[in-house]
Amino acid sequence: MTTTLDAAKQGFYHDLLRQMLLIRVFEEQAGAAYAQGKVGGFCHLYIGQEAVAVGSIAALRESDTIIAAYREHGHALARGVAPRAVMAELYGKLGGVSKGKGGSMHLFDVSRNFLGGHGIVGSHIPLAAGTAFASKYQGKDDVSVCFFGEAAVNIGAFHETLNMAALWKLPVVFIVENNRYGMGTALERASAVWNVYERACSYDMDEELVDGMDVVAVYDVMTRSVARARERNAPTLIEARTYRYMGHSMADPIHGHYRTKEELEEQKARDPIEGLRARLLDAELITDEAFASMRAAIDEEIKDALAFADEDEDPPLDDLYTHVYTD
Amino acid sequence: MITKVVMEALSPTMEEGRVITWHKKEGDQVAVGDIIAEVETDKAVMELQARGDGILRKIVAGEGTTVEVGKLVAVIAGADDDIGDVDATAPADSPTEASQPVAAEPPPATAPAPAGGRIKASPLARRMAREQHVDLESVQGSGPGGRIVKRDLAGVAGVAAAAPAGIVSAGGFEDVPLGQMRKTIAKRLAQSIGPVPHFFLTTEVDMEQAAAARVELNALGDQRISFNDIAIKAVAMALMQHRACNAWWQDDHIRYFNEVHMGMAVAVEDGLITPVIRNANLKTLRDIASESRALAERARERRLRPEEYTGATFSISNLGMFGIDEFTAIINPPEAGIIAVGTLMEKPVAVDGAVVVRRRMRLTMSCDHRVIDGATGAQFLQTVTTMLENPMAMVW
Amino acid sequence: MPAITYRDALNQALEEEMERDSDVFLMGEEVGVYQGAYKVSRGLLEKFGDQRVVDTPIAELGFAGIGVGAAMAGLRPVIEFMTWNFALLAIDQIVNSAAKLHYMSGGQVRVPVVFRGPGGSALQLAAQHSQAFESWYAHIPGLKVVAPATPYDAKGLLKSSIRDDNPIVFIEGEMLYNTKGEVPEEEYTVPLGQADVKRAGDDVTLVCHSKTVAVALKASERLSEELGVSAEVVDLRTIRPLDIDTIANSVAKTNRCVIIEDGWPFCGVGAQVVDDVQRVAFDDLDAPIVRVTGADVPMPYNKHLERAAKPNPDRVIAAVRQVTYQA
Repeated sequence: MTTTLDAAKQGFYHDLLRQMLLIRVFEEQAGAAYAQGKVGGFCHLYIGQEAVAVGSIAALRESDTIIAAYREHGHALARGVAPRAVMAELYGKLGGVSKGKGGSMHLFDVSRNFLGGHGIVGSHIPLAAGTAFASKYQGKDDVSVCFFGEAAVNIGAFHETLNMAALWKLPVVFIVENNRYGMGTALERASAVWNVYERACSYDMDEELVDGMDVVAVYDVMTRSVARARERNAPTLIEARTYRYMGHSMADPIHGHYRTKEELEEQKARDPIEGLRARLLDAELITDEAFASMRAAIDEEIKDALAFADEDEDPPLDDLYTHVYTD
Repeated sequence: MITKVVMEALSPTMEEGRVITWHKKEGDQVAVGDIIAEVETDKAVMELQARGDGILRKIVAGEGTTVEVGKLVAVIAGADDDIGDVDATAPADSPTEASQPVAAEPPPATAPAPAGGRIKASPLARRMAREQHVDLESVQGSGPGGRIVKRDLAGVAGVAAAAPAGIVSAGGFEDVPLGQMRKTIAKRLAQSIGPVPHFFLTTEVDMEQAAAARVELNALGDQRISFNDIAIKAVAMALMQHRACNAWWQDDHIRYFNEVHMGMAVAVEDGLITPVIRNANLKTLRDIASESRALAERARERRLRPEEYTGATFSISNLGMFGIDEFTAIINPPEAGIIAVGTLMEKPVAVDGAVVVRRRMRLTMSCDHRVIDGATGAQFLQTVTTMLENPMAMVW
Repeated sequence: MPAITYRDALNQALEEEMERDSDVFLMGEEVGVYQGAYKVSRGLLEKFGDQRVVDTPIAELGFAGIGVGAAMAGLRPVIEFMTWNFALLAIDQIVNSAAKLHYMSGGQVRVPVVFRGPGGSALQLAAQHSQAFESWYAHIPGLKVVAPATPYDAKGLLKSSIRDDNPIVFIEGEMLYNTKGEVPEEEYTVPLGQADVKRAGDDVTLVCHSKTVAVALKASERLSEELGVSAEVVDLRTIRPLDIDTIANSVAKTNRCVIIEDGWPFCGVGAQVVDDVQRVAFDDLDAPIVRVTGADVPMPYNKHLERAAKPNPDRVIAAVRQVTYQA
């Protein structure tokens, strides 16, 4: 933890902590619901990486666009999508944010400029450049932000997009959440360059390296990067080093073969939530009671989300054929 | 193998047929598809085809004999087959309905047709056969592997040779056997005037303008237009405005038509037939003239195909050429009306207070009161009159 | 009416729609300074500037995705592929992004993008540059697939495509650019999803689209002269949605159907037409439907082999003989 806390920002830190904790509890419960068969398909949990979504999205304004990959429950929640709407989507229910048609991997909330939820590794990277292109074309100063994992930087779409984003000076921030594994393949086994941020130099693009377990550091780096994009259409490649506590998806092992239990435990010592809480306690910016009551409120909120998702109705069968084409 | 030759239903309404000519005699070798006899149906003279290979061993129904549909007329068999058991009086094994054509019964002794014996026919051919009441077994397919296709069906119902019925003279009086057509006319028209509650409406139409128009049209050359053609066109156009008259009585419902198919009574040698000009309202006078002439000619030759004399939605009958001033025609059910057209006559009439000579024509409409009420019919007739008196109204 | 080329008709459509709606822009390789690889975009850079006529690097996947992203953000991009052969590199964006986003988002996201460029076999370009992809894209729910045959249709359909709120795959006939036809000077559009009877006839229906319309028309003239067979030529114009009504009405009249297409036979457009016709018009058929397609091989370079691989009037006439049972 390299950042120092500013007592004047206590409320802001509480917000960051609350959001990370909300994501953590939501994901734990989503995992439990998956185990009960209430959530189907692929379900990629974000536990361990909460600081990246929370810290970076806190640096955005509402009119900025967010595009994420398939491990995006946390980004949606950080963007302000109600836990009910996200949980119901995981449950495939009509009240889900995508009306039950997208599921865990395809959360969309256009009203919040949250544009997915994309399931093909790297394929959403050009989309974010596209929304940035539109912002510039329309004379707006809105920024687009794209989240993806470190494994996506070896795919063509990443390079094609970074080239054009730099060439055309698009207001976009690319955030690599380096959780060290693309499914079960370690970065070092997949990539010739181990410092992901160095990829930016191929495209003469600004780069940032940040501790993805330090939400305040992520916020600070993101704030600079967004300003570059907003003020002078300069894109940035941010590498946030983080760690995924769970398996690639609910169907995948947490450790074994590709990583050890010891490594996992070692990384958990960097936990972003516990880290911020400890620092706030040290700085006397939070009390145990306040944290407990924060936690209790979040537990209630997620319980409510689960109950809502449970009780919500399935989409009617007629919905099968709606939204294939728009009128 | 023994094949019974039975009287086949060769028209939609045929219940019996009269053998006119045998083209094969007993002992002749015949093959499937050979024309073995000509049969007079209620509408036309049709050909009877062999349904089996072999020798025409026995003719049961001689020339001039009338046979019910489905009853035996001859036997085809192998030279050594014993045909003593074939019962000449029994109907064919499968029950016959008037609307269902009957195929030669396969001999009971033979095994069921092998898989290859399934009739191959295109979907369209199957549909046409259904609609025209043709048994596909009676049709020779010309497509690959003997597939029956559209063109194979086009000829089936209409093949006929012109052969007038024979008349037997005996001394001071003449016994004229009833032709099938006469029987049908009798039955149908009796059926009509009996159960159909007719009423009649007569009007007289001034034909000066129509006559003038006809002279001008005929001066154009290529197609001569008759007054009857003009009447057909006018009635057809008027029917489009009075759908209530363009209808069929269907016992438990009335069927009103959106298309006008005009039946046109044509006198033939020993009867009459009503060929149909389809969609007459949409056709030009020139087309109607040429079509009506062609139909009339084919009717007289008795070469009309069933689809050419069925399906009228309304009819017209004209005895003007015989100098008949006015008459009533009998409705041809299930149609709901018919207009009888009289001759064109010069008559003194009062026009604007002065007596002048005008060409006039009388129309009498017979109406089925179950379908058409008095005022309905009268209004329709009024439109017909308007069109005939102002021929331009037909193109208006 | 002035007779103009197919190329100029497309150029007019682009120019008129860009004038009409400032959200419409053109992006692709060589569309600007070079004036278009096939000169479809001639003069547009000078008229609309480089913000709206955007030259791209050779990066089909990247700029196709940027087009989709821009459409998600409310613009109406026209993405030109130099040829559809190169669009294979971008097919993930067309199939996995453009076609799916509306559905996955429960109807929230609209993707009014037009992907266009030349397709179909050309002259001695060999296997990688000479192929028809209509059936590939027509397979995908969410896409509309358009393939005009004449300058009139090319202009009217491109204008409708640009105005449509769904992603459109607009496949131009590479061999048609120089063909001329009458195009009215006044404003008009041709609706998507409506086939067009290019020639009326009674005995056989020839279903075709794009380049094979000319083949069918040539064959129908010879059929009339040589065999007395009157052929009705139905130009699909839009492959998806398929206008089965027009085809079925024609078959109800003619009772026979021959389908001609440039593409390969297996799972081709014609295979779909056969399926629809046999269901909708079974009782109207007097013969099995016969297809005349490109040969089921990669396109050879040698011109004799190439000629043998393409549909031509002789093959159409042979097919018509077959369905009309003429030896």
